Amino acid sequence: MTDFTQSYDAPRRNYSQLVLRWLLFSLLGLFALFYLMPLFVMVTTSLKSLEEIRTGSLVALPREVTFDAWRTAWSETCTGVKCEGLKPYFWNSVLMTVPAVFIATLLGAVNGYVIAQWRFKGANLIFSLMLFGCFIPFQVVLLPMARSLGILGLAGSIPGLIFVHVIYGIGFTTLFFRNYYVTIPSELTKAAKVDGAGFFRIFWSIFLPLSLPIVVVTVIWQFTNIWNDFLFGVSFSQAGTQPVTVALNNIVNSTTGVKEYNVDMAAAIIAALPTLLVYVVAGKYFIRGLTAGSVKG
Amino acid sequence: MTEWLERHVPKMVLAPSFVAVLIFVYGFIIWTGWVSLTRSKLMPKYEIKGFIQYDRLFASPRWDTAMDNLFIFGGLFIGISLILGLFLAILLDQKIRAEGALRTIYLYPMALSMIVTGTAWKWIMNPGLGIEATVRSWGFESFTFNWITDPNMAIYAVVIAAVWQASGFVMALFLAGLRSVDEEIIKAAQVDGIPTWRIYSAIIIPSMAPIFLSAFIVLAHLAIKSFDLVIALTGGGPGYATDLPATYMYAMAFSRGDIGQAASSAMVMMGVVFTIVVPYLYSELRAKHD
Amino acid sequence: MAPILDINNLYKNYGSVEILKDINVAIEPGDFLVLVGPSGCGKSTLLNCIAGLEPITGGTLSIGGKDMTHVSPKDRDIAMVFQSYALYPTMSVAKNITFGMKVRGVDAATQERKLNEVASQLQIEQLLHRRPGQLSGGQRQRVAMGRALVRDPKLFLFDEPLSNLDAKLRVEMRSEIKKLHQNLGATMVYVTHDQIEAMTLATKIVVLKGGVVQQIGTPAEIYNRPANLFVADFMGSPAMNLIPAKATKNGSGTQIEIARDGAAPLMLTDTHAENLPQDVILGLRPEDIAEAGFRAGEDVQVAECQIDMVEPAGADTFVVSELGGKQVTARLHAETGAESGKPLPLAFDLSKVSYFAPGTGERLN
Repeated sequence: MTDFTQSYDAPRRNYSQLVLRWLLFSLLGLFALFYLMPLFVMVTTSLKSLEEIRTGSLVALPREVTFDAWRTAWSETCTGVKCEGLKPYFWNSVLMTVPAVFIATLLGAVNGYVIAQWRFKGANLIFSLMLFGCFIPFQVVLLPMARSLGILGLAGSIPGLIFVHVIYGIGFTTLFFRNYYVTIPSELTKAAKVDGAGFFRIFWSIFLPLSLPIVVVTVIWQFTNIWNDFLFGVSFSQAGTQPVTVALNNIVNSTTGVKEYNVDMAAAIIAALPTLLVYVVAGKYFIRGLTAGSVKG
Repeated sequence: MTEWLERHVPKMVLAPSFVAVLIFVYGFIIWTGWVSLTRSKLMPKYEIKGFIQYDRLFASPRWDTAMDNLFIFGGLFIGISLILGLFLAILLDQKIRAEGALRTIYLYPMALSMIVTGTAWKWIMNPGLGIEATVRSWGFESFTFNWITDPNMAIYAVVIAAVWQASGFVMALFLAGLRSVDEEIIKAAQVDGIPTWRIYSAIIIPSMAPIFLSAFIVLAHLAIKSFDLVIALTGGGPGYATDLPATYMYAMAFSRGDIGQAASSAMVMMGVVFTIVVPYLYSELRAKHD
Repeated sequence: MAPILDINNLYKNYGSVEILKDINVAIEPGDFLVLVGPSGCGKSTLLNCIAGLEPITGGTLSIGGKDMTHVSPKDRDIAMVFQSYALYPTMSVAKNITFGMKVRGVDAATQERKLNEVASQLQIEQLLHRRPGQLSGGQRQRVAMGRALVRDPKLFLFDEPLSNLDAKLRVEMRSEIKKLHQNLGATMVYVTHDQIEAMTLATKIVVLKGGVVQQIGTPAEIYNRPANLFVADFMGSPAMNLIPAKATKNGSGTQIEIARDGAAPLMLTDTHAENLPQDVILGLRPEDIAEAGFRAGEDVQVAECQIDMVEPAGADTFVVSELGGKQVTARLHAETGAESGKPLPLAFDLSKVSYFAPGTGERLN
């Protein structure tokens, strides 16, 4: 940490420094406004009636708070032909995200354990190839994946989406766990081997109990990515199995009927709530996950 | 037998994931590459016909726009996010009391889906009821902010939303970097009487070169894959004004039924990604093998 | 008695790099074998090979008369203590100690009994419910030993177990390990880079360098009759003085001539040495050069030497004199009147002398 500021009880803080300090705070405040404004507008708009939206100002607080838009967005608004609101799609996302996160995290943990602690010839090459898979633009696999899902009988289904998210999540989860397990001295594995424990016993009794921090980071990372995904959702789902992001886009960009901005905003907030909640509750781990994937590969 | 099993369990455990990656990443890349060399239309054909799809691609004005947009969008998005992120990180590094709260505020957009971001900004930037209308209602009757509907300006509207989403993340990266600079070096510089701005420009920022690189890679990767944001914000419009390679590829694959074009555009995208990412990954992996 | 550990022609390669070359070691039950050498000499790799944690490239290895060359660690009847202690961080001390028994399906009553035995032996009863993270370095060391002791194995393996402790604790634990060895009558293989540890603990020492055995012997043999220049230099502190000299046959003895800068050469007569080549390196430990009058014997010869430096070290005082172009250290008693810059008669005890060939470094006498 760098401390460039003078101590606060310095007898005479000179004038220019005071001005600088004010400038600093105004700048920080302005940027805070920039980042907060869209959220503020979303929330206030979602609480206004359509009438008030048309006549009032974008940035004004609602004169009369109404939750009608939220109710409509959750259970009444139309996506395409059906008019059941966002609710079924929200549950689709839950049904898709939870198993996909679980499976990818578990596989990543075991893979990372093998690569970090049971080194064998070629393990590094395998790791490099898996890591590489994280960085491909997914457009390059869309076409063959669409056909493969058809062959596997998973086309347009939620299990199909789970499958896709697991496959393209393994690279990152393996990376996370590998980087974590590599910091654990290999003597621990050796000691357990001498104690007579085998591959799975060592994983289960020694490594898994140590893994809570990295499990949290990985789960948050995977959850955020999969919940927020749109490309796979829009490519591999069909009416009825779409995740919430796809449904939200359909609501907002539907061209029929009157444009209900308040419903759009309520729907957007609903779609964003789970990941926002995760961010608020476990922000520290969220940041660690973000930076873990990029700062130290 | 148990001996053999014991020795090979680790490999057998890793094998399914590895095989999956081989098939679903590398196999699929080969499949797409192959199909990009055929005359596939609605259904894939496997008879190689050379580079006709690439000829068509590079002759297409829509693809031209998409590539131009990628460079405009990518350049501005990466550039502004890096500068803004660094700037915010330095501001936050000045022993601010509310640092935790401000950091949370700057970073939360990264938790949102790009579809949500697009939806929000589409509403804010719509000329009829958004910022334009608001500022006009304050008395500035001639104020215009209609980028989102102006074919010449719409791509810049996408840049604004993208920067809003990702710059906080860059800030977090840089802040972590600033905090990891050796304190003693800074103290030594302070004792030497070097002014704060010089300490930053001559000592701290140069030492963060690896973070610049990481941030650049992540942002470039986001830019090339960016698809959700354009779909939600502009739908690629007005017309094809905000088409990006990703939206072009999607349109060819799923609405135009032109698999050959979809495959060839995907391969070009991958080419762009790999020219950026491969050297980076290579050096990262090299460094770790020590 | 059959050797309890028998290593024959052992080779270990990593790819094309030879880590261990043709290792042959055998020890009897009750032996304390110390593998010593500078870092990178292959001593830890050899220990890992004995444990079965590293497969060997060539040769055979047997423990307790049974061929163990391809047997996995858990079936070798060994226990091992690691440098980092390698305690399982999420388990209590008690669980750490009993984990191996639990894995092997030992019944709970036996586990409990053995745990209590070992805990009282090592005086760690009050720590049993703590986690490794809550222990001091010395306590962790004890727990790691407890984990090994509870196995009651044919062979104990120690991989630099004391190198993470501070100096005082290291000396304490060293004598405790020695006591343990004596009380249990157990067979131990111990890796260290610290030659003092090797000298104090071992009944048998293997000196390794570059994956090749330099010398195998008792501490006394290694100390008094080093097999080559490397061993002579590595074992002992301060190190053995290694002085270039010229040897000429002189009647029944050999005349040794050591050049001196700005003074007449130092002449010594060795009555035992035979068949030395003309150029030799003379090795003499600091304690075998004393103040004249403090060492007697037929092979003690006195010569006046210029003292360049005096280093009092409490119990002893070391003085340095330049002989044959080398800084030669002599160990004098604490109350010596030696003064830097002045000459002093020194007694050279040639009954302890070693000669080495300058080219090969091999011992000549």
